[in-house]
Amino acid sequence: MLATGVVGAVEDPWIRWSWISGHADTILAALIQHIQLTLIAVVFGLVIAVPLGLVAWRSRLFRGPIFSLTGILYTIPSLALFAFLIPFTGLTILTAEIGLVGYTLLILVRNIVVGLNAVPDEVREAARGMGFRPFAELARVDIPLAIPAIIAGVRIATVTTIGLVTVTALIGEGGLGSLIYDGLLREFHTPLVVGTVLSVALAVVADLGLAGAQRVITPWARARVTP
Amino acid sequence: MSFIGQVVQWFLNSAHWQGDGGILHRTVEHLIMSGASVLTAAVIALPVGIAIGHFGKGGNLAINISNIGRAVPSFALLVLAAQLFGIAAAAEFVGFGAVPAFVALVALAIPPMVTNSYVGMREVDPDVREAARGMGMRERAVLLRVELPIALPLIMAGIRTSAVNVVATATLAAVVGWGGLGRFIVDGLGLQDYPMLYAGAVMVAVLSLIVEFTLAGVQRLSTPAGLRPSKTNQKEEPVGTARDIAVVAA
Repeated sequence: MLATGVVGAVEDPWIRWSWISGHADTILAALIQHIQLTLIAVVFGLVIAVPLGLVAWRSRLFRGPIFSLTGILYTIPSLALFAFLIPFTGLTILTAEIGLVGYTLLILVRNIVVGLNAVPDEVREAARGMGFRPFAELARVDIPLAIPAIIAGVRIATVTTIGLVTVTALIGEGGLGSLIYDGLLREFHTPLVVGTVLSVALAVVADLGLAGAQRVITPWARARVTP
Repeated sequence: MSFIGQVVQWFLNSAHWQGDGGILHRTVEHLIMSGASVLTAAVIALPVGIAIGHFGKGGNLAINISNIGRAVPSFALLVLAAQLFGIAAAAEFVGFGAVPAFVALVALAIPPMVTNSYVGMREVDPDVREAARGMGMRERAVLLRVELPIALPLIMAGIRTSAVNVVATATLAAVVGWGGLGRFIVDGLGLQDYPMLYAGAVMVAVLSLIVEFTLAGVQRLSTPAGLRPSKTNQKEEPVGTARDIAVVAA
């Protein structure tokens, strides 16, 4: 353990390759946990955000409160949000996920509403003229046309979540954040650098992957420039 | 006593308000650190974003900078800064770390400001610019009296995003040995003192919401009267498009 260079006999380099090769299992496990925590958060975020978004889209009455609540949730710093939950849910993955899901909601709900609002009235008229019932219109016209905006939201929610997962290291989860935290506690650069680089790489890969997925499922939108 | 009662009790204890580790000092610390970081970042970021937007060169850089900013975890930024600029490994852990915290917060605050000020300048209608020139305005006047006022709401949105983000991340700075209101949360966590943990969370949340709502108000007031959204002109845009790059979390 003293090989970490804390003692100061040897300068601690930013990357100690021997540590990486010796801890490949730890690093891989952290990466996998990071992906799991992110996936759970974004999937549950969508499960909650889709109905909320539909309600906010259809009902002026509920739109204000839904936007305000998700906005407040989004503004509260992650550490504080976790702290609010700890006395009740403890240092568990549940605490981490409630917080992470909470942060995705504003982004997802807003983009769902905006995407649905952007569907041209003429298109909707045409669908009705063709005999679409309300549910079929929603499922086969409104939602498909809103997909680019919704995926733009999923991309931001995913990248944001990947960053936030690192904070959950403080409550005993963390994925790659646990490497970063370990680097802090032991003043040892290598895990910190590895955790940071992998986290950024994961965010970039996820973002590009989702952008690619959108091109595949909405071929009609390719001509347009999407954000 | 109920848990909420314990939290209230914690707040009522006057010892928790006084001294270097007290609520008052920690709040002031938090506000000064956040304010100084946002101001410093603004001095660096706004001229860059405004210049890129005004001259129309380097737009990709301005957009990419916010994407990169979003991908780098603020927690990692703090820890990196702490190791680059040194935290005290020694026993006197707490109290150090102001410099690394400041550096990390400035770095964190720059991207949204660059991007938003760039987008704000780019969104000025070219016809308006032409009209100003046609009226005989010089370049300086076009910039100062036409472009900047029109771009101001978006520039303010960038400052607001950064500020909210900085206040949130300053909380995390307690983990790398700095003070601020995050100390109550981090110490509460470490000591398993849940009333303190909870009180800290309440204070941090309230401070963040105050900053958010205040700056949202300032942003509205900064919109020139002619550009305020009317009933017929209310359009929301998706998060992630130019207008609402204003969203990042910490």
